[in-house]
Amino acid sequence: MSLLEVNNLDVRFALRRGDVQALRDVCFRLDRGERLGIVGESGAGKSVAAFSLLNLIAKPGYIAGGSIRFDGQELIGLGDRALRRIRGHRISMIFQDPMMTLNPVLTIGEQMVECLRAHRRISTRDARAISLRKLEQVQIPSPEARLDQYPHELSGGMRQRVIIAIALLLDPDIIIADEPTTALDVTIQAEIMALLLELCEEHNVGLVLITHDLGVVSQVTQRMLVMYAGRVIEQGPTREIINDPQHPYTQGLINALPQMATPGSRLNQIPGSMPSLNNLSSGCAFHPRCGFVTRPDDSTRQACVDQEPGFVTSGNCQAACHMVAEMIERERLPAEEQDS
Amino acid sequence: MSATATSPAPEQASPLLSLRGLEKRFSLSGDFLEQLKFKGGKLVREQQYVHAINGVDLDIQRGEALCVVGESGCGKSTVARTVMGLITPSGGEIHYDGERIDDRSTRALLPYRRRMQMIFQNPYASLNPRMTIQQTLEEPIRLHHPDWTPQRVEEQVAEVMASVGIAPDWGGRYGHEFSGGQRQRIAIARALAVDPEFIVADEPISALDVSIQAQVLNLLMEAQRERNLTYLFITHDLAVVEHFGTRVAVMYLGRVCEVAPTATLFATPRHPYTQALMSAIPRLEDERPQHLRLQGEVPTPVHLPSGCVFHGRCPHADARCRREVPSLIATDEGGQVACHGVEEGRIG
Repeated sequence: MSLLEVNNLDVRFALRRGDVQALRDVCFRLDRGERLGIVGESGAGKSVAAFSLLNLIAKPGYIAGGSIRFDGQELIGLGDRALRRIRGHRISMIFQDPMMTLNPVLTIGEQMVECLRAHRRISTRDARAISLRKLEQVQIPSPEARLDQYPHELSGGMRQRVIIAIALLLDPDIIIADEPTTALDVTIQAEIMALLLELCEEHNVGLVLITHDLGVVSQVTQRMLVMYAGRVIEQGPTREIINDPQHPYTQGLINALPQMATPGSRLNQIPGSMPSLNNLSSGCAFHPRCGFVTRPDDSTRQACVDQEPGFVTSGNCQAACHMVAEMIERERLPAEEQDS
Repeated sequence: MSATATSPAPEQASPLLSLRGLEKRFSLSGDFLEQLKFKGGKLVREQQYVHAINGVDLDIQRGEALCVVGESGCGKSTVARTVMGLITPSGGEIHYDGERIDDRSTRALLPYRRRMQMIFQNPYASLNPRMTIQQTLEEPIRLHHPDWTPQRVEEQVAEVMASVGIAPDWGGRYGHEFSGGQRQRIAIARALAVDPEFIVADEPISALDVSIQAQVLNLLMEAQRERNLTYLFITHDLAVVEHFGTRVAVMYLGRVCEVAPTATLFATPRHPYTQALMSAIPRLEDERPQHLRLQGEVPTPVHLPSGCVFHGRCPHADARCRREVPSLIATDEGGQVACHGVEEGRIG
């Protein structure tokens, strides 16, 4: 059994003109110490997926169905008190903007001690000692002095290190990191990512990394999910997806990267843009932008327009695509004919 | 700055735009009364500055796409805004097509404004929410061609809309009705409406999603081919630079530390900062990041370090680096680099 299992997660936002379904049928799992990447464009639902793990969806959003099992325990429907024992303790979060996450009127030390004492019966002095040790782990220069500084006295990269230290304070099983380096500069970003990777490996902590940067995902994670318009459309080992993406959208994303084209030549763009969630097209949500709706012989693959695709397994990956399903079917048939 | 940096090689044609020792300071101290401090029994006037750019020399040749890269706070956007005359420089000169433009009045600058246009980073902020797309696109044409008939203005708008792939029925709609990528398309159309020859683009794609970035980059490259444009392209995304730029200038703390043709810079970065920057690009190929770690972080541009601005984080810094400001010197590969270590042959 995996440490974290998410099945058929359905998250909706109740708006005046009706419910908007932000997540549909999201399934994934995470083993102990495993690193999982969630990629997609803004509005694809990757942050909602991560936030719903700890029931951090703000109203008018609500979890309408599905199950989230963490270490054998069902998290959906769990009371606030019980959930608080897991939040920040066994599953902790790192948010995108380090300035928004830290409390500007408390020193770094106060915030760390507060967090420790909220979960453990422990003296302030001991809590401070643990905090100091964690700051040393994240390689902050002169950690002793930092404990008594306020967040505004630290640079962006330093703040994100403090936040990683806070996330690690209670030795969690899983860290959920929502675009942890997007607000940072390239060189700082590389350092923070390397640090996070190192710490997760050292302490055997599972990582759910949400990002739009395929480069970061390919360097840090072992498995990845690709999301589009509230659905997972492809998942599998990161290397395999990057090297041989099955779903046309994943292919499009990777091919659109500037490094995939010869300098100066035209980039392989995906036409159009992601539909808004309250205006999804019928069938496969990607079909209006997809180049494979029309078969090579000019006939339209009607299933793409009419019917939402289910997952098909291809190697170690799964993709939700009629075209991939058709290809696998075609490959299997002759093989079976030969067998018989 | 050194003579090698400013004088173009003899065989080159005169540059379209050239910056000479450009400087910009922003005062941090408020008005006169706020600057007065009481120290040691005496009233003294104290002023603090953010040194956004200090001594930038750059030449941009006709038809090229010069990319300026660097981390936030390095002054790349200030360079763009100063070139466009949105900010008056504190020192140095800007020459456009051989004429000095930084000391001109707004009126005298108007003919140049038609020839140089800007595309901003955030398409949600750069379009006037109370103007229709048609009005947005007509405004610059009316300003620069007051003698044109309404019919001719409309023709010009229709032509530019077609060239960037805007459907004619968008004209009557407002900016908020469009997605980020569509808005950036409109912003590009507005820049192209007056047939400029030079475009300054300040992070034009960084607010957009990955799949849309490719669309906008393609559009910019098409426009360059069709209209023979020259770009000054500000970005922090090195993958985009590698694809789009013909030459790259790397900035650090308000100074240019290396300029080179794109292929050269990516194959053999010379400046230690460029090397660190290159190694930090997240690539799809390698599974483990092998980047050069720099010590510390970028110092504030309020108290600039002495000597080379990079010496505090440079693994190769010595006494001379801490004392003496390096100037740009030409390299064998056709680039320029400002580093004592490279000049002395200490760094490969």
